[in-house]
Amino acid sequence: MSVFVRHYLRCCNKLNRICVITRRCRTYSTAYNAELYTTTKIDKDEPTFEKILIANRGEIACRVINTCRAMGIKTVAIHSDVDSDSLHVRLADEAVCVGPAPSAQSYLNMDVIMNAIKQTGAQAVHPGYGFLSENNEFSRRLAEAGVQFIGPPDGAIRAMGDKLESKQIAKNANVNIVPGFDGVVKNEEEAIGHAKDIGYPVMIKASAGGGGKGMRIAWNDTELREGFRLSTQEAASSFGDDRLLIEKFIDNPRHIEIQVLCDGHGNAVYLNERECSIQRRNQKVIEEAPSTFLDAKTRKAMGEQAVALAKAVDYQSAGTVEFLVDSQRNFYFLEMNTRLQVEHPITECITGIDLVHQMIRVAKGHPLSITQDDIGINGWAVECRVYAEDPYKATFGLPSIGRLYKYTEPEHIPKVRVDSGITEGSEISIYYDPMISKLVTYGSTRKEALDTMKKALDSYVIRGVTHNISLLQDVLVHPRFIDGAITTNFLPEEYPEGFKGHKLTEMEQLQLVSMATSILMRQLLKDRTFLNQTRIGCKGSPQKVLNLIVNIENQNISVQVEDLEKSYKVIIGDRIVNVNKSWSISADLLDLEVDGQACSVQVISHDAAGNLKIQFKGTIYPINIVTTAIAELQSLMPEKKKPDTSKEVISPMPGKLFSLSVQVGEKVYEGQEVCIVEAMKMHNSLHAAKTGIVKSVNFDAGDSIGEGDVIIQLE
Amino acid sequence: MASIMWRVSRRALTQTNLLNKNVINLSARSCSHQLLQDVKSKIERKRQLANEGGGQHRIDSQHKKGKLTARERVNLLMDPGSFVEFDTFVEHRCTDFGMADPKNTFPGDGVVTGHGHINGRIAFVFSQDFTVHGGSLSSANAQKICKIMDQAMMVGAPVIGLNDSGGARIQEGVESLAGYADIFQRNVLSSGVIPQISLIMGPCAGGAVYSPAITDFVFMVQDTSYLFITGPDVVKAVNNEDVTFEDLGGATAHTKKSGCAHGAFDNDIEALQQLRDFFNYLPLSNKDEAPIQQSDDSPDRLIPVLNTLVPLESNKPYDIMDVVLATVDDRKFFQIMPDYAKNIVVGFARMNGRTVGIVGNQPKVASGCLDISASVKGARFVRFCDSFNIPIITFVDVPGFLPGTSQEHGGIIRHGAKLLYAYAEATVPKLTVITRKAYGGAYDVMSSKHLRGDINYAWPTAEVAVMGAQGAVKIIFRGDNNVAEAEQEYIEKFANPFPAASKGFVDDIIEPSTTRKRLCRDLDLLSTKQLSNPWKKHGNIPL
Repeated sequence: MSVFVRHYLRCCNKLNRICVITRRCRTYSTAYNAELYTTTKIDKDEPTFEKILIANRGEIACRVINTCRAMGIKTVAIHSDVDSDSLHVRLADEAVCVGPAPSAQSYLNMDVIMNAIKQTGAQAVHPGYGFLSENNEFSRRLAEAGVQFIGPPDGAIRAMGDKLESKQIAKNANVNIVPGFDGVVKNEEEAIGHAKDIGYPVMIKASAGGGGKGMRIAWNDTELREGFRLSTQEAASSFGDDRLLIEKFIDNPRHIEIQVLCDGHGNAVYLNERECSIQRRNQKVIEEAPSTFLDAKTRKAMGEQAVALAKAVDYQSAGTVEFLVDSQRNFYFLEMNTRLQVEHPITECITGIDLVHQMIRVAKGHPLSITQDDIGINGWAVECRVYAEDPYKATFGLPSIGRLYKYTEPEHIPKVRVDSGITEGSEISIYYDPMISKLVTYGSTRKEALDTMKKALDSYVIRGVTHNISLLQDVLVHPRFIDGAITTNFLPEEYPEGFKGHKLTEMEQLQLVSMATSILMRQLLKDRTFLNQTRIGCKGSPQKVLNLIVNIENQNISVQVEDLEKSYKVIIGDRIVNVNKSWSISADLLDLEVDGQACSVQVISHDAAGNLKIQFKGTIYPINIVTTAIAELQSLMPEKKKPDTSKEVISPMPGKLFSLSVQVGEKVYEGQEVCIVEAMKMHNSLHAAKTGIVKSVNFDAGDSIGEGDVIIQLE
Repeated sequence: MASIMWRVSRRALTQTNLLNKNVINLSARSCSHQLLQDVKSKIERKRQLANEGGGQHRIDSQHKKGKLTARERVNLLMDPGSFVEFDTFVEHRCTDFGMADPKNTFPGDGVVTGHGHINGRIAFVFSQDFTVHGGSLSSANAQKICKIMDQAMMVGAPVIGLNDSGGARIQEGVESLAGYADIFQRNVLSSGVIPQISLIMGPCAGGAVYSPAITDFVFMVQDTSYLFITGPDVVKAVNNEDVTFEDLGGATAHTKKSGCAHGAFDNDIEALQQLRDFFNYLPLSNKDEAPIQQSDDSPDRLIPVLNTLVPLESNKPYDIMDVVLATVDDRKFFQIMPDYAKNIVVGFARMNGRTVGIVGNQPKVASGCLDISASVKGARFVRFCDSFNIPIITFVDVPGFLPGTSQEHGGIIRHGAKLLYAYAEATVPKLTVITRKAYGGAYDVMSSKHLRGDINYAWPTAEVAVMGAQGAVKIIFRGDNNVAEAEQEYIEKFANPFPAASKGFVDDIIEPSTTRKRLCRDLDLLSTKQLSNPWKKHGNIPL
């Protein structure tokens, strides 16, 4: 069915006009586990909207649609042309194409979106997060058109959207604030002046910003100059507003935020906290609720300040007040996000309140059906943001793009919630956020939630893009994380050289080696099993015992594997391990048992020369296995020289060449910035690896570039 | 071995008796016993010598070059303990230029021949020994190779040549050349009867190159193997051209530029292991079916990714490898000529365990057009599959043959015809999936229904037409003003699978995700396909 719809869509795109398609037959749905969203029942008799347009894409659009469906509300999806077959479009009752791939021409294109609302007769709009969610012009235009914005009132968005104003309001509402300079920083020199007053480290951030964009930390004057320049550019291109702020950067800080919910009748409650300290480049990676750090007193104080702030701006709907908390449990107001947050599911898990449901109710004018006394903390929830990025590159991640040729979410595991907007076959493109999904696990204790998370990450099959599961898994087993002794600097502190992959423990290595050799043994048997070679039959019998040399993590390990009737007996040194046999070598996820202990691995690749890539504990390990006979000869093989790439500046990711700072013939010094690549809206500056003269520049600013493209060559 | 010893000792005994008629029996017996011992130790010594090839220092120098010896190679290629050697004791018969000197005589004479098993299936092999006279080909040496080639033909089993030879044994003159010709003749007669594979693991120069050239597949080892008619010295002398061995005839030159080699591997070990893997795809002879191996990958597996893979805009590229890998068993695809004429992808894979040949236009490179190189690459592959009963699956996304003077003057007409000829004569099961464009003559060529395609599918994104809308409209409505409208009309009429489907030129329009399921089912159905071409001595393909 869908392909024919697709064909139709394609014709529509060729005609280059906006088309509305109503699907009578829907074959797609995501598993909607209502219990993980809410324990409060949806009152079907309560008046609500008939049709809601979701002005967003991806997982959050799907998330909102799910609750709308549960409430019996019809949904309208909007999409860019590259998204015409994406999951949120398939899930919605109607879909409207609002323009080409770049967000500015589609998901941010208010004129077309307003048209779509008119065309479809949607009574309300849920903006999700990002895009137009905190755009007060959009909410104003909706109000003018008589369409309900599912979010806070225009005034609250404006007041909280401006960091200077919000700080002032917070101050007036007796909310603790961070020391800093109350004003826009005009230039680098002025920034350095303020930094001297406040004292390094300082943080510069876009006045209009959010989500880590246009935000940088500087520890000295040089970094401040570079940061100021990059933040200005990023702020301009991301928000169309290059005003920057400067403030004290609090050391050992924890990022803890309070979820608030307010109605139009003066009721406001806080839904406790979320700890989001595991961040990279100021973007959250792992969040949990509640925090291991807060005591009841601090929680209450933070909650009450958050509510006070919300009330001060006549807030309605769901919102989040972000705080930095120092080691003494002093907390400082950071900013208020006037939208549904990415990490809202963990709050839903521990409070049993469906935030989208409440947002829709509040927007319809209903009073909150819950009071502060109804809200407790029930169990523990953890969220991992699974990104399509290479965690080994740059600072814990460079975006990776591609098509998911295999994709299976671990939803078969109880107490797992996966919020995603993709399915097998979806493409992660350069146009949008590289988040694959939000993987949420729930448990009665933190340990239970974390254990489920580890299992879920192990069972998550993602092929076609590089993903950050290795980093997530490594953090989950980190002693500091397990103890809850984290700060927002956790990642740079614990991985000062960047993330290099999980380092196997002795036990894990033993398990991995025994599984790898068992897989090889199975493959070898398969290789000599022919079903129809009868004219000359197959000769000899498969070897039951193999002596192998396994190369893993730069070590050579001698292993003997024996193919027994019910298991593989693996001898490594003085250890004897048994690996079960009840698994299929073609499965995406292999659930093996090593000495009775369950171990999940994924065979990413396996070639005839004994090279395997096996994903274990989130990390993909390259392993080479050969027989001892081959191993003896291997040392004779010449080592292949890798081409010297130090004379080339290579794009580490696909994106757009944002700017070039050198020309042909110019001398560049080692470490000098030579160009900036914009990918996923982030500016990444590339540096020369050597001092030399620029021989050629292969691209112009504005060109699209692919991963591995040589941008600049030195002589 | 026992029988040889018996014969030797009998002959020794007879000679002894003839010489010493009057000696009493007892003494004769003790003497013959002594002789037997001598022969035994001579056998041991010769065998030992044969194993050592050109001697330890030459073995060391071979190793230093990063190359394995002829025997090490055979042992890695064959299942452990399965290799049976022929002609260990053969020596050259040349007496000129000091060749009679025992120092210049080596048992086995520089080539190891015999048979063994690869994953339990029989294969004949010869492995040239560079440590003996630089692996040069003597007449004795050629005889050994011919012997196993003859046996392979009788038995119906493939021949694998591991080439590492400096060329002809110059001391032997024309005898050596005769040896080459004997091998060529056998190569040609074996062609299409048993698979012949060459792995170039050292030099292979001059006339010697024509034996691998005739074999079905030529693989090379990076950095240590060369193929050329004349070496850099002659090139310099004749053409005054400076060129290195590597640039003239290294693995890169032949896998990327000349198309003389079908693939290259990093080193000897990898090459031999990959060759074992490759061997598993092939039937032993033209009398055997394409092998079926145990498969764990479900034949009914749906592939959602295929539903979204073809871009909405018909001018946007995508990677046909994504289609191939998603469709075949376990994403395993042995690509033939991966670096040459990349606008067409060919290689072996399995569907529900059964070997299939895959041909696919590659929209990512030169829009997937057919040019001279792509046509020749595709044609040779299709003919191999047809010779050896390997079903062919063709993924079509072709905008046509490449236009231009260089193509026309280079002979795209006759080279393109090779691919057409190959598909048209093929009688193996032929399955076709049109993923997007199937334009013009190229549509006909790419395993179309008209060339006896057994089952032809179109995806909903398929466009079977004489050409793209723009070009067509320019011709049909020459001088007409309303081009856009006409173009739209053409798109609606032809840029979809219905015109072809309504005429029965495609059997069905299918949801792409069901492609694997259908192909597996069809292969099963066609496994008993019977089709033969009219009797002929052989066709006359436009070479």
